[in-house]
Amino acid sequence: MDNDLTPERLVGFWRDMLRIRAFERAAVYQSSLGKIYGALHSYEGQESCAVGICGALTSEDYVASTHRGHGHSIAKGARMDRMMAELFGRETGYCKGKGGSLHIADFSCGMLGANGIVGASYAIAAGAALNAKISKNGRVAVAFFGDGAVTRGTFHETTNMASLLKLPLLLVCENNDYAQYMHRSETMVFDNVADLASNYKIPGVQLDGNDVRAVFRAATTARERALAGDGPTLLELKTQRFTGHSSGDPQVYRTKASVDELRRTRDPIAAFERELMDAEMLGDGDAIRAAVDAEVAAAVAFAEASAYPNDEELFSDVYA
Amino acid sequence: MREITYREAIREALSEEMRRSPRMIIMGEDLLPGGGSFGMHLNFGELFPGRMIETPISEAAIVGTALGAAMTGGPVVAEIMYSDFMTVCMDEVVNQAAKIRYMSGGQARVPLVVRTPYGIAKGIAAQHSQSLEAWYAHIPGLRVAMPATPADAKGLLKTALRGEDPVIFLEHKLLYNVKGPVPEDGEHLIPFGCASVARSGTDLSIVATGLMVSKALEAADTLAAEGISAEVIDPRTVSPLDWDTIFASVEKTGRALVVNEATLFGSIASEIAATIGEKRFNALDGPVRRIGSPFVPKPSTPGLEKLSVPSALDVVRIAREMMPRRRAA
Repeated sequence: MDNDLTPERLVGFWRDMLRIRAFERAAVYQSSLGKIYGALHSYEGQESCAVGICGALTSEDYVASTHRGHGHSIAKGARMDRMMAELFGRETGYCKGKGGSLHIADFSCGMLGANGIVGASYAIAAGAALNAKISKNGRVAVAFFGDGAVTRGTFHETTNMASLLKLPLLLVCENNDYAQYMHRSETMVFDNVADLASNYKIPGVQLDGNDVRAVFRAATTARERALAGDGPTLLELKTQRFTGHSSGDPQVYRTKASVDELRRTRDPIAAFERELMDAEMLGDGDAIRAAVDAEVAAAVAFAEASAYPNDEELFSDVYA
Repeated sequence: MREITYREAIREALSEEMRRSPRMIIMGEDLLPGGGSFGMHLNFGELFPGRMIETPISEAAIVGTALGAAMTGGPVVAEIMYSDFMTVCMDEVVNQAAKIRYMSGGQARVPLVVRTPYGIAKGIAAQHSQSLEAWYAHIPGLRVAMPATPADAKGLLKTALRGEDPVIFLEHKLLYNVKGPVPEDGEHLIPFGCASVARSGTDLSIVATGLMVSKALEAADTLAAEGISAEVIDPRTVSPLDWDTIFASVEKTGRALVVNEATLFGSIASEIAATIGEKRFNALDGPVRRIGSPFVPKPSTPGLEKLSVPSALDVVRIAREMMPRRRAA
């Protein structure tokens, strides 16, 4: 795998971040029109995390995701049109409309599923890593989780066991400071998630999740360590969500001014875009922006044009 | 046919399937020292190097990891030392393993078997003696097996390991040392949802699960001596349930008594009884009766423990009540 951060690669990261943001904005908009039935947890603001991590993976590596999973799916290679169709509850969606936002999965690109249970991704990813280790298939697995999931017992159970078994696993904490509505200072007695790693005798690295290059490099190092048989790595990506917890969250726990401030000072896409332009890698970027907008528009059109599943679908896929 | 114990039958099924599927793994706590908690894995460490995954006491991580391994490979056996401990991995069982196929629109396959000993034993009290099969059977997506004989234990476990659905495989602790004829055939497979008629009879159908099959058979002997011919049906799997065999028996006898070891309230016995009443009311000569454990935790002390589970005598007593009164000669 080419780990060089070539200009093409960096522009690709920028494009994928744009794609995630455009998808999320379209989803929130379509939801506001009443076209999306279930709740959404927007990934807006965290795009560089998914793109940097998944940029270091192959299409065969595994990802287990969270309730805020759209970005992970897109970065891992899932198709926007089938994702949007899933949000619209249509039969062409990844889960035939039966999963919705919380359960989008694309096993063909190693995306083992978003998840409605906070703290469920660790063990599923560890299992994929265990299978990779035993079958020696050269793959690694990533468990994405938020800071709010670190207080689940499954974090301790899985991190200890994965270290013990030296599983090829990346534990990726996207620390956006909030467990639903609670700031982490109100739910955690420790300051840094990465600090927990030393107790499990694995590397713990805290980094700026907005720095897509740094995220990519850290993931690349962790992947190499995992494939060398040295076990998991805990990465804590300091990030931020630009929206509420979910589409219905009035955000009474923080001020609008503080969110505006985040958008102004902590936008991972804007900062990266400026860098690429200053380095003359990007030009004006308009062609890419237009392609992204077209992809999202096509995804919405595809979803709207797709049928709802037949009534018989209620009963299929319960068992093999 | 040679006779082996229930324990040996399970060990045989595991070792045959481990040989058959080079990708199969077994994970759990204390799998190897002394052959495991119930001696299930004698010599497996030497026989299957690298495929016996010893884990810490971390049930949620065990089942969750087993699920992830099953979704990407498998088959995988996760052993939970006592079924009471399933309560600490219910998210992984109920929200994850049971639902991932449906939630993913059929993308996921889950060749996962959670083996776990259940039921009453010897004074091990409220946290080691429960029969929680109704909890799992209530969940769409799970399969639940409760073998009552060594042959069924082998055949059902092999079927479970060749499938792609998550199976909760419930082994009764008091059956581990019970011997019975077991085919040596490596293809001895018993389909799920296929009840066995453990004893034929004409006057009364007794549907019993797990350890209660032996209690029902013991009761049937006593009843036979009194001129009452009881048929004993063992569903073998409680999800799915073999309604055809149960209904056919009730149509023949006109009387149904359902027996399980679980707390009666909200139990599989209650579900079976309700369904017989709903679907075969016209075949019945009287109300369906149920026997299960009283609504109390399991006590440790022997006298109270004995009172806390159904006995063969309970079955005999209720069966007698169900028969028409004989006129005095």
